This record gives sequence, C-alpha cells and structure tokens, in this order.
Amino acid sequence: MSKLKLATAWLDGCSGCHMSFLDMDERLLELAEFVDLVYSPLVDLKDFPDQVDITLVEGAVASVDDEAKIKKIRAHTKMLIAIGDCAITGNVPSMRNPIGPEPILDRAYIENATLQPQIPCVVVPKLLKVVRPVHEFVEVDVFLPGCPPSADTFHTALTAIISGEPLDIPALTRFGA
Amino acid sequence: MSDTAEVKTLVIDGQEVSAVRGQTILEVARENDIQIPTLCHLEGLTDVGACRLCVVEIKGSNKLFPACVTSIYEGMEVSTNSERLQKHRRMILELLFTERNHICSVCVANGHCELQSLAQDLGLTHVRLPYRNPELTIDASHERFTADHNRCILCTRCVRVCAEVEGAHVWDVMGRGINSMIITDLHENWGESTCTRCGKCVQVCPTGALYDKGKIGSDHPKYPDFLPYLNLMREAR
Repeated sequence: MSKLKLATAWLDGCSGCHMSFLDMDERLLELAEFVDLVYSPLVDLKDFPDQVDITLVEGAVASVDDEAKIKKIRAHTKMLIAIGDCAITGNVPSMRNPIGPEPILDRAYIENATLQPQIPCVVVPKLLKVVRPVHEFVEVDVFLPGCPPSADTFHTALTAIISGEPLDIPALTRFGA
Repeated sequence: MSDTAEVKTLVIDGQEVSAVRGQTILEVARENDIQIPTLCHLEGLTDVGACRLCVVEIKGSNKLFPACVTSIYEGMEVSTNSERLQKHRRMILELLFTERNHICSVCVANGHCELQSLAQDLGLTHVRLPYRNPELTIDASHERFTADHNRCILCTRCVRVCAEVEGAHVWDVMGRGINSMIITDLHENWGESTCTRCGKCVQVCPTGALYDKGKIGSDHPKYPDFLPYLNLMREAR
C-alpha cells in the first residue's frame, strides 16, 4: 500500500495544536509508516503540493492571506480536517470580533508604542473584519475540537481515519478541551 | 380510570410508567431513569421552559412540547429521544453558541459548563451558523462575584433562585428576544445593587456567566445540588 500524503497547515492560531500533534512522540514513527508529511510548518516547503490526501488545519481565518491559503488547501486536498477550537469556532482570535481590527491594531501599534508608532502594512497581510472558522470559507470533512486536541485524540482520530474505521469524536474531545 | 383519578399511567419511550396528577413529563421521566437534557431546569426552582432543550414528542400532535412545563395525562404517549428531537436539540445548542461569545478555552467554567457538556453529549463538533459576535459587558463591580454577559444563555436560573429561594429578587431580565439581558435591580451595577452576597446565583449558573472572583482560573466547579437539599431542610422545619 502506498503511503498517504499528509499535510498540516497553520492559520491564525497559537501553534498549540501542532505542539499537541508532536506530543504523540514515538507514535509519530508508527504513523510515519502509513503517511508521508508533504507540507507543514514542520517541514521546509514553501508551496502547498498539488495532491494531498489528508490536511490538518490549525487556526481561524483572520487575514486575507489565511483566506487565500485555506482556499488553495481545499482545492488540493481530498480530506480536510479542522483541528482545534480556532479552526472550528474562531476561539481566542475571534475575541477581537466584537471590537473590530482597527481599534486592536491602534492599541497594539499606536497607543502602546513608545518608538515609531505605526501600523505595519508591508509584508504582513491585511486583517479581515471578523475572524471566522474554517468551515465558513471551505467545506470541512472532519472536525476535531479542543484547545488543543490532546495527543491521544490526534492519535486515535488519525489512526481511525487512515485505516477507514469509524470515529466517535465527541467521545474523544470537546470545545475547550 | 376516570380523569379525576390521582394516579395516571402513560408511556414514555415505550416504557409504561405511572405518575401523579399534576406532574410534568420531565419529573416522571427522571423518576423512571429516562434522561431528557435540560439547561434552564434545576431541581428546586420553578420551571419556565426557557431553553427548550427538553422538547419531547407526544403522540397525536406534530408540535414539540417542553417536558419541564407540560403536565402528564392518562394514556399519554411520549417520545423523548427521536432523530427529530436530537436534531432540534443540536440546533438549539448551535443557536446558543452563536448568540453570544462562548470561548470555552478561556472560560472559568471550562470543563464544568453545562452548555459545553451538553454539546459534547449531543455530538456537536462544530456550529453550522455564523457567529453573531455581539459586544457585551462584563460586570466586575461586585466585591465577590463577576457577571460575564458573553457567557449568559438567559436560562434565568439566577433570577429564579434569587427571587424564590433567597427572597431578594435582585436579578431580573431586561429587553426582549435576542436583546434580552440579565440585570441586577433596575439595571444598576451588581456591586451597587441590593445583592445579599449569598452566592446562590453563582452556584446555579450553568455556564461561566456568573462566577466567584476568588476562583478565577480554568477550574471553577459549581455546586447546584445545595438547592434541593436547602428546600428539603426548609420544608422539614
């Protein structure tokens, strides 16, 4: 059996989901017998590959860059898995939603700056008006909530998905877990 | 058996049960270990049918009935857990999650929240509706407690426990529909209200909307079980 192509992506999140993924420790080696990691913040590849079997997406969609990324990922992925509360509910990044991006940027870069107060506009992507979960932009196949989902949750879920066995997600994790 | 008889027999989920006239479907179901999910209901408080999580089907009607405020009758046939009911309950939860800002991961009630637990029990892994993201206040004016309106699901347990058990009636509801807000006195700050500082409202709140300042953190269990006990002891006097 040829190995499945696995990708992981990081939108507006704290990377906690990726840390939890790494917390699978030696079970990663077991997993590596079935999948090749073809794209991830953990590997140095700049462009998302053309054909990916499973992509795990961490983080909410908060900027124009995130939006473009998630659309590209969806177009080239067979199974898209939203991991963690940011990707699924907006979570902490969405706490700016009732206030809006402008006052937040003002607070961070103007009001609290002592040297050269200015809002960065070069290289960094423009923020969207509201932070929204991944499934409000593209279709998501599997939702794995948690902040972050535990290593055990990752292991059980990925093992089941790879082997095509049924998966009872609420038995594994919940919002805020 | 005539209609005026005290004891009624009915069927809940195919199980024949007997009940006393005037009992609600929820009471009878729980007496018989039939689980119906609830949020606004709390043993020891008057039922108001606010959350609608306990909706059930009654044979002969297409409507859904809130089990907590629907009285039983002779020969009634109740279904409490059909596909249709589960679908409606999940939708109610999704609406509750979208209505205010429930960020579970940074909530003091994370892990001890009835809304969060119900979502897990009913298999909710995501919310299909767009979030409303309302701008809401946090009232930290009280010396001991905080009211975070972002977490409130308007179950009115706090209103009822304050009025019916403590007898102070400090909490109330202002506005209508989606704009409803829980308020203290005539919309004064909690800290400047006529609050007796008993803390019953905090213990009965199913979410992190009302919490004890002394217990800030991610581990904030609540103990609403005091209520039936308190009522029992009062009745015994």
